[in-house]
Amino acid sequence: MIASAFGVLFDGFAYGMLLFLLSVGLSVTLGMMNFVNLAHCSFAMLGGFVTVTLTNDLGWPFLASLPLAFLSAALVSIGFERVLYRRLYGASDLDQCLLTIGIVFVSVAVAAYLYGTIQQPVNLPSYLRGSVSIMGQSLGVYRLFLIGVSIVITAVLVVALEFTRFGAQVRAAVDNQRMARGLGIDVDRVFAVTFALGSGLAGLGGALAIEIVGLDHAFAFTYLIYVLIVVAVGGLGSIAGSFVAASLLGISDMAGKYYFPELGAFLIYFVMVALLMWRPVGLFGRR
Amino acid sequence: MTSSTLSEPQRHLEAQIRWQPVEIAFWLATLLPFVLAPNYLVLASQIAITALFALSLDLILGYAGIVSLGHAAYFGFGSYTAGLIAKWGWGEPLTGLAAAAVAAGLLGYATSFIIARFRHLALIMITLGLGLLLAEAANSASWLTGGADGLQGVRMWKLFGAFQFDLYGTTAYTYSLAVLFLAFLLARRLINSPFGLALRGIRENAIRMPAIGASNPAHIRKVYTIAAIMAGIAGGLLAQTTETVSLETLSFARSADVLVILILGGAGRLYGGLVGAVIYMVARDQFSGINPQYWYFWIGTLLIAVVLFLPNGVLGGLTRLTRLVRSAA
Repeated sequence: MIASAFGVLFDGFAYGMLLFLLSVGLSVTLGMMNFVNLAHCSFAMLGGFVTVTLTNDLGWPFLASLPLAFLSAALVSIGFERVLYRRLYGASDLDQCLLTIGIVFVSVAVAAYLYGTIQQPVNLPSYLRGSVSIMGQSLGVYRLFLIGVSIVITAVLVVALEFTRFGAQVRAAVDNQRMARGLGIDVDRVFAVTFALGSGLAGLGGALAIEIVGLDHAFAFTYLIYVLIVVAVGGLGSIAGSFVAASLLGISDMAGKYYFPELGAFLIYFVMVALLMWRPVGLFGRR
Repeated sequence: MTSSTLSEPQRHLEAQIRWQPVEIAFWLATLLPFVLAPNYLVLASQIAITALFALSLDLILGYAGIVSLGHAAYFGFGSYTAGLIAKWGWGEPLTGLAAAAVAAGLLGYATSFIIARFRHLALIMITLGLGLLLAEAANSASWLTGGADGLQGVRMWKLFGAFQFDLYGTTAYTYSLAVLFLAFLLARRLINSPFGLALRGIRENAIRMPAIGASNPAHIRKVYTIAAIMAGIAGGLLAQTTETVSLETLSFARSADVLVILILGGAGRLYGGLVGAVIYMVARDQFSGINPQYWYFWIGTLLIAVVLFLPNGVLGGLTRLTRLVRSAA
């Protein structure tokens, strides 16, 4: 059991990085617009199905399909933002919840119609399969790849948010939307771009998730709960918070499944409720 | 007391509490299935149970503005309580139902202290989390709940020692409808009382209420406990009339369904949940025969349409329509 502790930690961290990719966009857009977008994982599912279609039916290499998963999710999300979301920015939490749950229902049914209700297979290239041995530990190559991709994306996000003009606008809009508007920042446009980027990252996460957690028509529902936990625990609009919360959730979920399989997901729900009761705005939240 | 000595709010409540002809017509219409569709009484009893569940959610969501994504926790808790008591050899329906109400009420009272402290996203997440927590607990405790196979061996005695729960659902529908009606009377009385006005005050402006001397947490705790009791009774009814309990009674899907039903019918109107339950359950019965897979496509579309075009649900739309017709006439 002791020897496997590192393995559990490693797998859990890889899983956490996946959750981070899936949830970081939602965290930022929620923080900015207070828009409760429960359909976030529908965009992730879209990315997953784009990759499945491209690699299995059209014979694309796996890596080449990933940018397209990102792009398609981002583009589709812009359409949704323009047509549906924009009408409800001032509406109540409840209306936003209901509209986006409606979108989740529709997306789940459409996925079942197009792809059936089976788990989708994905063909990984040979260099991403198998495992390597590092310091006597056997580590999955795909998980290493996943961690690498996530860390690169996190670094890019942090740099973009801290050191670019657009990043400053995003931070201003998250901190105080009305003040940002008063300073002449086009918050709606900033939001639309951020929303597209966040959904694109979710799409990428959905594509990368197939190998780890599988992909079926109910993905938008199953992972919605995990993503919401990351966002709620990490705090709205905080990349660092999402990163820490996703790592914690990934590791504790993996450890729970490994050491206390009879408890199931009980442990993580308990941790979430306890954390929220202790800090309703999340670990890194300010409001 | 003559009406001239009544204050303005009291007169408003007096006017609200009078029975409208359309209400009487609605309750008479609930008796129609006995005559018109005797083959659908099982479905009718399911509708009555769902309507009771939706009514309980309406009390907290429609009136006090507490958005809950985990209301199935109380439904399922009541369901398992009623089911387990019957399984352990006490199959008397009325006392079983009372036990379900008490158990769900205690759970509701315990959790109401948490609920009253939070609002907005944290509240939604906490209700969701508590619901999932209970569902997982029931799944893990399969020695008690039967786990994924559901609770088997629930045997009900005759209602009042005379009426057997039969396959045609005659007893089940009569029983469920009577309980629904009693709960409805209670809810109606509650809403048209000063307490009901206070709840609406919390929904409209939670910050101003303490400023006029009303304590929000106490009101929220009270109504949340009452809603939990009602949800527990609905769950108990389901366990007793179907003589089985499944994990699905605690699931997120059931919490989401009841929310959809209430919104569809119109939240914040006593009849919203009832009308929503009739539309939803009949539609599901009809559509699922054709293609059960794609049921959620239509529900999702409906939900989007209701949020965008019918902000107060079907009943709100009807009210607007009658007003238009009247002003045109």
